[in-house]
Amino acid sequence: MKKDIILSGVGGQGILSIATVIGRAALADNLHLKQAEVHGMSQRGGDVQSNLRLSTDPIFSDLIPKGECDLILSLEPMEALRYLPWLSKDGWVVTNSTPLVNIPNYPPLDDILAELRSVRNLVVLDCDAAARSIGSPRGANMVLLGAAATALGDILDSRKLKDGIAGVFSRKGEAVVAANVAAFEAGQELSKK
Amino acid sequence: MSEKYLLLGDEALALGALHAGLSGVYAYPGTPSTEITEFIQNHPLTKERGIHSEWCANEKTAMEAALGVSYAGKRALVCMKHVGMNVCADAFVNSAVTGANGGLVIAACDDPSQHSSQNEQDSRFYADFAMMPCFEPSNQQEAYDMVREAFDYSEANHIPVLMRLTTRMAHSRAVVRAIEGSPREENEMRFPPKDRERFWVTLPGISRVRVKELAEDQHKFRHDSEESDDNRLIDGPDHRLGIVTCGIAYNYLMECFPGGCSHPVLKVTRYPFPNALLKRMTASCDTILVIEEGQPLVEERLKGLLYDDSRGNGFVKVKGRLDGTLPRTGELNPDLVRKALGMDSLEVFPEAKTTVPRPPALCQGCGHRDFYTALNNVLRKYDGARVFGDIGCYTLGYMPPFHAIHSCVEMGASLTMAIGAANSGVWPSVGVIGDSTFTHSGMTGLLDAVNFGADITLCISDNLTTGMTGGQDSAGTGKIEAICEAIGVAPEHIRTIIPLPKNYPDMEKVIEEEINYHGVSVVVCRRECIQTAKRHAAAAKAK
Repeated sequence: MKKDIILSGVGGQGILSIATVIGRAALADNLHLKQAEVHGMSQRGGDVQSNLRLSTDPIFSDLIPKGECDLILSLEPMEALRYLPWLSKDGWVVTNSTPLVNIPNYPPLDDILAELRSVRNLVVLDCDAAARSIGSPRGANMVLLGAAATALGDILDSRKLKDGIAGVFSRKGEAVVAANVAAFEAGQELSKK
Repeated sequence: MSEKYLLLGDEALALGALHAGLSGVYAYPGTPSTEITEFIQNHPLTKERGIHSEWCANEKTAMEAALGVSYAGKRALVCMKHVGMNVCADAFVNSAVTGANGGLVIAACDDPSQHSSQNEQDSRFYADFAMMPCFEPSNQQEAYDMVREAFDYSEANHIPVLMRLTTRMAHSRAVVRAIEGSPREENEMRFPPKDRERFWVTLPGISRVRVKELAEDQHKFRHDSEESDDNRLIDGPDHRLGIVTCGIAYNYLMECFPGGCSHPVLKVTRYPFPNALLKRMTASCDTILVIEEGQPLVEERLKGLLYDDSRGNGFVKVKGRLDGTLPRTGELNPDLVRKALGMDSLEVFPEAKTTVPRPPALCQGCGHRDFYTALNNVLRKYDGARVFGDIGCYTLGYMPPFHAIHSCVEMGASLTMAIGAANSGVWPSVGVIGDSTFTHSGMTGLLDAVNFGADITLCISDNLTTGMTGGQDSAGTGKIEAICEAIGVAPEHIRTIIPLPKNYPDMEKVIEEEINYHGVSVVVCRRECIQTAKRHAAAAKAK
């Protein structure tokens, strides 16, 4: 059993905290894991991605080969599209629908969403709005993770992911843990609709 | 049962060094190496033992301080990005001549594909050039294990060791098992043994003896490399092709062969290159594919000028980056290796049509933005103004909407290029440098400017931190004006401004006055980095 994930977004959006939660859950579950991150110049508002590989068997490459990615998890719709060549035929795309427009030539959102529909297993939801509606405006990344719970379910169930959230945020206090778990659950609910 | 951790390659190396009895880490921040030093700074053992971990002014001062630690018999680690090797090259190359007393390991993190760098030079060349052993782990566990091996090898053989990581190892996490038992103690202070004491004075008459010894040691280093488990020849059924992998290239190869590689593989993680193992491979394989991250160092060695015979004729054919089997530049990945092996791509979705590039940009609210706006407003009044930039976040001032700089070469080249251009008739000739880059490599250039009476204006965009690498302490904080004055810049031509939109009129007036002054002037443009300011505000709120 393996699960190859590309986390994508724009520098500063917080894709690494999603990776940290999944990583923590995977470590607790004794899974093999490799997670390649982007540091440095790109973090200044450029496109960023992280290749996260989970497996019950040893993993060699830190990078996912093209066509083998099981899940693209994106905090930004155009950034989800950027990694389509890596997605497998049966792979999932779970993406935030709120665009982050920090370039003058950002394409029309409708064109982006239309192209995303070429993917069979697609979940598009407004993570920013969902996070605001539960009073946790900074929780968009955990809403997104919650929306991917089904796609991740066969290697890490949602209970383990929630334990991961608790582990990562416990340092910041009970209230922060609760807010992030609530955001995760909101994403989980929304993705079922 | 030993403890396990989820660590970046950088962090694995750092933890390995701590557990091996490190006494000090000396470094200047640089992607992808920064997290080695940061991990050591934040580790409880560092505080408990009083391990040195403060940032250095530059890679040369770091390398030299570490050499001093080694002289005193203790273990030191030096960390830098690949281009930092250029800055410390004098100290680095000569550290092989003095040799090491306490274990001395230099960690150089290369950045193929230039994710955050101005070139993709390969640090293995430096080890080769300095006649120093080089360790290149293929995964995070090896990074942890091999740093201890490197310290021990360094002490046993009186030689510093270069550890080479590349971006994909440095910045990728995996599970690492720590060695059982408590961390090894630091070395006691002990001076170099009597018979080696003189080698620390590199007068020609002495170092000639030592360089000869170092050349003779190469046979032992190579033999050790051939005998070590770090280099392994793994047999496979199909001998038509033999494959040499260096460092993490092994992972990309194995990714293509989930059930085990069908060709013999020579897995190399340590240099000098294990010639004997290669000879065993070429005894039965007449084509060799070399897969190495970075420049084709091994491939070129294997080929040799006289043996590059593509028609065969009894020679071994060597394939790799030089014949186009793999791309000549750029980072490796499993897809490129698949292609090199003649396998089909697995790609199912074509590239999306609706995506556009999203280059990095200066943060909203960043002081560099306000500085460039004011500078551009002033320079519009002059024909032929040129702005020589430098290395840091502010290099992004080249991008729209600013288009504010005309050059960026390496750390410190802003003001020294401005001097040369001014000497050649360019006016206004303006240098733009950050505070950390100024203390790294700008101060000596400013002394030249003062001595020459150069007609330049140096703008120091001081954000009170080393911003690009994530906000490490900057060596000159609180001292910038005093440094400029001590170097000899006239005090009335050291001006300080605060980059904010409301200050544009004042800022522009000051910049214009100093450009119109025909001599060395410095404009310090100071406001805290917006990222560190946010962090400091959050920390203050939490208290």
